[in-house]
Amino acid sequence: MARNTVEKSEIGKAPTGIAGLDEITFGGIPAGRPTLVSGGPGSGKTLLGVSFLVNGAQSFAEPGVLLTFEENAEELANDVRSLGYDLNKLVEQKKLLVDYVHVDRAEIEETGEYDLEGLFVRLDHAIKQIGAKRVMLDTIETLFGGLKDDGILRAELRRLFRWLRDRQITTIVTAERGERMFTRQGLEEYITDAVISLDHRVHEQISTRRIRVVKYRGSHHGTNEYPFLIDRDGITVLPVTSLLLEHTAPEERISSGLVALDNMLGGRGFYRGSTVLLSGTAGTGKTTLAAHFVEAACARGEKCLYFLFEESPQQMLRNMRSAGVDLAKWVDRGLLQFHADRPNRHGLETHLLTMHHTVEIFDPDVVIMDPITNLLAVGTTTDVRSMLTRVIDFLKTRGITAMFTSLATNDDSLEKTETLISSLMDTWILTAVEQEGIKRSRFIYVLKSRGMPHSDEVHSFRFTDRGILIQSMRGVPASGKSAATPPKRKQRAKRVARGGK
Amino acid sequence: MATEMFDLRLYVAGQTPKAVRAFANLRKICDEHLAGRYQIEVIDLVDNPALGRGDQILALPTLVRRLPTPIKKIIGDLSNTERVLVGLDLRPRRTSA
Repeated sequence: MARNTVEKSEIGKAPTGIAGLDEITFGGIPAGRPTLVSGGPGSGKTLLGVSFLVNGAQSFAEPGVLLTFEENAEELANDVRSLGYDLNKLVEQKKLLVDYVHVDRAEIEETGEYDLEGLFVRLDHAIKQIGAKRVMLDTIETLFGGLKDDGILRAELRRLFRWLRDRQITTIVTAERGERMFTRQGLEEYITDAVISLDHRVHEQISTRRIRVVKYRGSHHGTNEYPFLIDRDGITVLPVTSLLLEHTAPEERISSGLVALDNMLGGRGFYRGSTVLLSGTAGTGKTTLAAHFVEAACARGEKCLYFLFEESPQQMLRNMRSAGVDLAKWVDRGLLQFHADRPNRHGLETHLLTMHHTVEIFDPDVVIMDPITNLLAVGTTTDVRSMLTRVIDFLKTRGITAMFTSLATNDDSLEKTETLISSLMDTWILTAVEQEGIKRSRFIYVLKSRGMPHSDEVHSFRFTDRGILIQSMRGVPASGKSAATPPKRKQRAKRVARGGK
Repeated sequence: MATEMFDLRLYVAGQTPKAVRAFANLRKICDEHLAGRYQIEVIDLVDNPALGRGDQILALPTLVRRLPTPIKKIIGDLSNTERVLVGLDLRPRRTSA
């Protein structure tokens, strides 16, 4: 109850419609007031403002005026078209009005007193023409280069922001970041309601965009820096820590795609919406196991999204076909989609965002990430774990069943990672290879599986022309030490799991 | 050159003191330097707000020299005659200005 009163006393908010931004501002930017959006060149200021206008016009019945001091209307329309915005159409529908304000100092002589009433008249006229509720000024500081009298300009800008506030127009004012200030000309002195800062960093050739709500008078707001993404669907901001452990725990069980593995999992396979870790050394059949799972899901008519961090989709499909699991037909039917990306192409945050985004668009039932260990190339163990925590939270909230493969090596750091991430997983399956003479034997073992009785037996498996065949080793005459002593790695992992619990 | 017609537009927004001053200053300068070869059109943006866009009007008052080309703009109440003459290309631009 107390929380409600706090919320109510807060000022009105205008949703930006930008995924994530409205979440970190608890509803949007201050309604009827100006908000400053500051950032360096190419940080996405203009796009943020345009998204605010376009979403306002399309989703919130709030027409908008874009007063641009930067580009001409045609260039701008072209720039944002690549992001899926059709400004011309909105202009035709009278939901948007774009006015290009051009100031060329060389063309203008100044003599005597003047004011910027011409700008006010134009803006007022534009607002009235379409009944605008939103305005974007992009980038008004350009005027400082066009007019000589700074004093007049400052007084007039102050008047302009007051004028917009009096008219209850929700405004985004973009500005280039200054050396020590949020803007070159200190506009933050005039716009005190809310300040949003954008940043585009490139660290070790990995680029990350970040957004931060620096100030928001009269409102709660997330104070962290949040990563955001610009792609063909516009801007997506990812609130990093807003997710709570609130996901439901479905009772439904789904097949792993292999009857024998289902049997090892209490006879009924995985829980829907759970997370499965498949770990093992190189060449132990992790991807093939994942492919069986995908095959089963698609056969049930479910949608699968497969993130590849090592191979190309073509390579993976070919390998699986030769292993006896043909997944290409599901791609053709639109049930299986691949998303292949080199881990070191982006920072972890960007990977995370891309995943969110892809999942939101494709809306899959099952997600595979293969192999997650490759992400270590771009982050520390802690970073990767924190990222996976967020991925898992997100997938669980959506009720998506997720399978992660992990390449185990003898490298200590990887071992540690596996220990750390395994606690996030509901089910942990290990695969291993043991060589005896000239024969390599493969083993599979369910190390843990929360909420179900599961087999604690080591099973053997082999590749057939129809995929993997798992066999119980019970009753098999102990041909050697394998059955009696499981491979070394399993023992170690088992110890780890016990210790971690 | 001396017979060239000057087509001038003065943009204002209402009868503000600055607007009145600008018009008076402009008439005086034209009568002295462009007698018989100028025409002034006063555009009040309060009545015609849509016209501000075409000539890229921002500051008021703004004087626009539409002819002879190229287009020139002079903003302010035109109280400095020398600057106005320079702006209209009736005086050579001096570096010290």
